[in-house]
Formats: sequence, structure tokens, C-alpha cells
Amino acid sequence: MGVLVDTLKADIRIEEGLKACINCGSCVATCPAAEFYSYSPKNIVNLVSSWDEDTIKELLCSETIWYCGECMSCMTRCPRGNAPGMVIMALRSLSIKEGYFLKSERGRQQLRLQRALCGNILNYGYCVYPRTYHYEEHPESGSIGKWVNENADEVFGRVGANLDGSGTGVLRKISDKALAELKSIFDATGATEQMERVEQLCRENGIE
Amino acid sequence: MKFSGIQKIWSEWEKEIPDDHWFYVRSCIRQNFFPASERRYLDIVRGNLGRDIFEHPEHTTCGGIAYHNECIPQLTQMTIVGRQFSIMTESGYSNYVCSCVTSFGLYCEALNTWKEHPEIEAMVREKLWESCHREFEIPKSLVHASDLIYHLRHEIGAKAVHKLTNANTGEPLRVVDHVGCHYAKMFPTKGVGGAEYPHVLSGMVEAWGGESIDYPERRHCCGYGFRQYHIKENRGYCVSNTHKKLESMEPYHPDFIITNCPGCAYFLDRWQYVIAHQTRHTYGGPGQGIPVLTFEEAAGLVLGYDPWDLGLQMHQVAVEPLLDKMGVPYDPAKKYLGTNGKAIPRPELPSIIRCC
Repeated sequence: MGVLVDTLKADIRIEEGLKACINCGSCVATCPAAEFYSYSPKNIVNLVSSWDEDTIKELLCSETIWYCGECMSCMTRCPRGNAPGMVIMALRSLSIKEGYFLKSERGRQQLRLQRALCGNILNYGYCVYPRTYHYEEHPESGSIGKWVNENADEVFGRVGANLDGSGTGVLRKISDKALAELKSIFDATGATEQMERVEQLCRENGIE
Repeated sequence: MKFSGIQKIWSEWEKEIPDDHWFYVRSCIRQNFFPASERRYLDIVRGNLGRDIFEHPEHTTCGGIAYHNECIPQLTQMTIVGRQFSIMTESGYSNYVCSCVTSFGLYCEALNTWKEHPEIEAMVREKLWESCHREFEIPKSLVHASDLIYHLRHEIGAKAVHKLTNANTGEPLRVVDHVGCHYAKMFPTKGVGGAEYPHVLSGMVEAWGGESIDYPERRHCCGYGFRQYHIKENRGYCVSNTHKKLESMEPYHPDFIITNCPGCAYFLDRWQYVIAHQTRHTYGGPGQGIPVLTFEEAAGLVLGYDPWDLGLQMHQVAVEPLLDKMGVPYDPAKKYLGTNGKAIPRPELPSIIRCC
């Protein structure tokens, strides 16, 4: 065994998601990622099941582990109660922790995701927030998305939202106290540390 | 009650849903993309159905989207869940209802993990106390917002102003459903009907006069995929999966799609716009898409709400053909107005796929 294997085995998602794969391929058959990427959840499970330090390191550096959409269709269909999607989540966490995410193009996307999503949580209390969801980044939102974006206060107001307002309601302003609690949770549970590490590693490797 | 045969099998997949007194937490995605559904959900449950459902201003995101994008550790996400439960506890409620399917999956996962691994629950409680000086009780009941409407579907049906039928012929509308993946794929016993035969949406459709239509890719993911969507260059994954679903349902000529997942409703609507521009193909006939409704929008139309109060102007695919079929009155001139009837710039209206 090695550090990577030991850390992976300690992840509760491995215990929950990796039992005894019988290589039936049910997960591949139902997997949306396997249909459109060169990706096989069965192969991932096989490689992890080898519990070989070098093999796992190679996986952590690969593009492959970033292709899963975490829909968990595999979990439903596996006749042995495995959840390759949860195995993927454990692999991704380890790849970020050890800095191997820098080795793949898909892994390096982590910085952008972190800045956008954690920024929204810590600044506004939402994972997604209308004033940071820009049409230019989301042309698929169509002409209506553009209209909503350009007339946010009026459109949200028309349908009864409480955008940035006080009290309860849709898209209300989250109080400073609640935001401070979220920040404290981030600090106490490792999210802040992970964010700072990703920022530092990306900075050192010239990734913006 | 004793059941036999199919009834017995079905009874094993029913879910106990308390009738009243709910603590409600909102969905990030639904508030952004379907704000009226978030608003009208409470109006329907409180105003139309007379139930007690409470919202506390201090609740926040559950952090689920960040967690599924690997931006925060599992312990962080579970501690945020603990904070939400703490607010429920201090508010004096024990029945928890969440409007996000991603959240619902994560709440189920947290409760399941804590049951099997009490040491993890203890760690979450310790971290929550350390960070927020909060404590919590485990909810007696955890349901998704659609479960509650499913539970109340016959009451809604009894108050129906419009049925899910063709107003001219009386024929039931043909409705395809899409149930969000995290509603039951991870914990099948937590969803009405389980993962393979979920009844949560088809039950509403049938109770309101429509016909639920099966189609081959009914269980396929809409293609959100978290990081597959939030990074622009990855979105080929998303549109490819929605394309697969739309191709699968098209031969059944559905009148509309109903969903219980905030993201799914958005993607099934918006990718039709993109596919129309990519391929010049539309799935509801020439120049026409298939309307996509959230379950609140469907319930709202049945109960006689104005379509623009339900936010149907925020859809890209035109809903008017569906409103005409159902005999729902609407004023086209009011569709794109702002707050209090204020005139604001109108959206561009694409010719390749109608949006009004």
C-alpha cells in the first residue's frame, strides 16, 4: 500500500461505492458520459480495484476522471451495489488534494469552478446567483436568457421574486450573519484550505 | 391495508408524506431560472391548499452544486446541511421539504451516511458547533417539493380550473415526464415509485386529467453534469444528452414535458433553442418546440393562475400552443412586461423556433 491508496481507502465514498465489481458493464450501458466521451466507469472501477499506487497516481493525473457528470445512474443499475460515480468523486477530491489536477486540461478547470461557485456561496449565499450569471458566458440561455439578464430587476420583480431584498422570498439578500456562518463552516471543515491550495498551486504553475 | 399482486409491489414503493407543517428550503437553480415556480409553490401550498409551510430568511444554499463540482469537501457540505437542520429545529419544525433535487439527494446521502457512520454525524455536529455554535435535530420527515404536490395532487385536481386536457376535444394531453437523477437514482426507496418507475410526476399528470406517455430514454439524464455545464467548453456533453432525450420522446408527439428538477427543466427548454440553431430541427413541429413545465407551473395552470404570474415568459420555447390547447386565457400584450406592468425592452424573437 501507499499514501494514495491509504487516503483513497479512508474516503467514505469508496467504502460506500466500491464493493465487488463483476465487470458486467451495466454502469457503462447507462452512463451518459460513456456515450459521448471516451470514458468507461467500469474501467475506472477496475483500475482502482487494483489498489496499485502507480496506477492510481496515473488516474489522478488523467483527463478521464473529469468526464463523469455525477448523475449517479450507475448507482441505480449496478447489480452489486457499487457506485462508480462516488468512486470518481473520491478520486477527484484526492487529485485536488495532491495537486495532480494540474496535470490534465479538465482538472485545471478547477480554478474557474472554484472561483465562480465558492465566490457565489461566500458573497451571496447561493451557488448560482443572477448578477454573476452572464449571458456572454451562457449564450445557450437564448434570447430570453439575454432579456432576463439585461432586465433582471424588472423580470424577477414581475414574477414575485425578492431579488436582493430583505426578509424571506426568492433570491432575497442573505444576511451578513448567515454569510459569516458559511465562511466559518468553510474555515472549520477544510473548504477554505482547499481553495487556498488550489489558488496557490495554480498561481505557481501560471494558471489564471 | 393488505395488498396483493401489482398493488402489493406498488405499495412497497410508496412513500410516507406527512400532511402538514413543513419547513421549506429553496433551490439555488430554481430561484435563478424559475423564480415564479419558487414563489407560486408556497402560494399553492398555503393559499390554495391551506397548509402550514414555513420559510426562514437565514437558510442558504446547501452547497450541493459546489460539492458536485469538487469545490468543497464532503464535510463542508454536510456541515451546511447541519446548519439548515439547525434552523429547522430552532423554528420548531420537523418535516423538511427542499425544492432542489440535487439538495434532496445530498440530504438523503447525509442522513444515510450518518445512520451508518455515527462518527461522521458526530464530526459534523462538532464542526457546526465550532463554527456557528449551532445544534440540530434530524428531521422526522424529508421530502422533495414534488413529493408534497404529489401527496396533495387530488386536492389540486378537485380545485382544477383547467384540466390537462384538450379544451376542444376533451382528450387528455399527452405528457412525458423527466425526473431529476438525484431524486431517486441514489436512494430509490426515498422517491415515490423508486428509480425505475418513479410515479411522482406521472401521478400528478393522471390526477389532473392528462395521459402519461412512456418513452425509451425516460430515465436518461438531462445532461447537466455539473462541471460539464459550468465550464463553457464542456457543454457538448450537456446538449448531446438532452438531444438524446428529445429524439427519444419526439415520436410520441408529447404536448409538453413535465419535470421536478430545476436544472432539467431549464436544459430541456434551452437546448431545444440551441439544437434548432444547430440542425434547424424542432421537436414540436415546424418552428415549434415542446413546451417544458416545472411541476409548479403545471399545478398553477390547473389551478387557474395567470401564465405570466407563473413566469412562463421566462421560457425559451413558446408555451402559447399548450395554453391554447388547454383553454387557458392569456394576454399576449402583457407577456414581456416588467414589475407592475412597466414597459421594458422586449426580447429578440427567434424565427427558427417560436418563443411566443
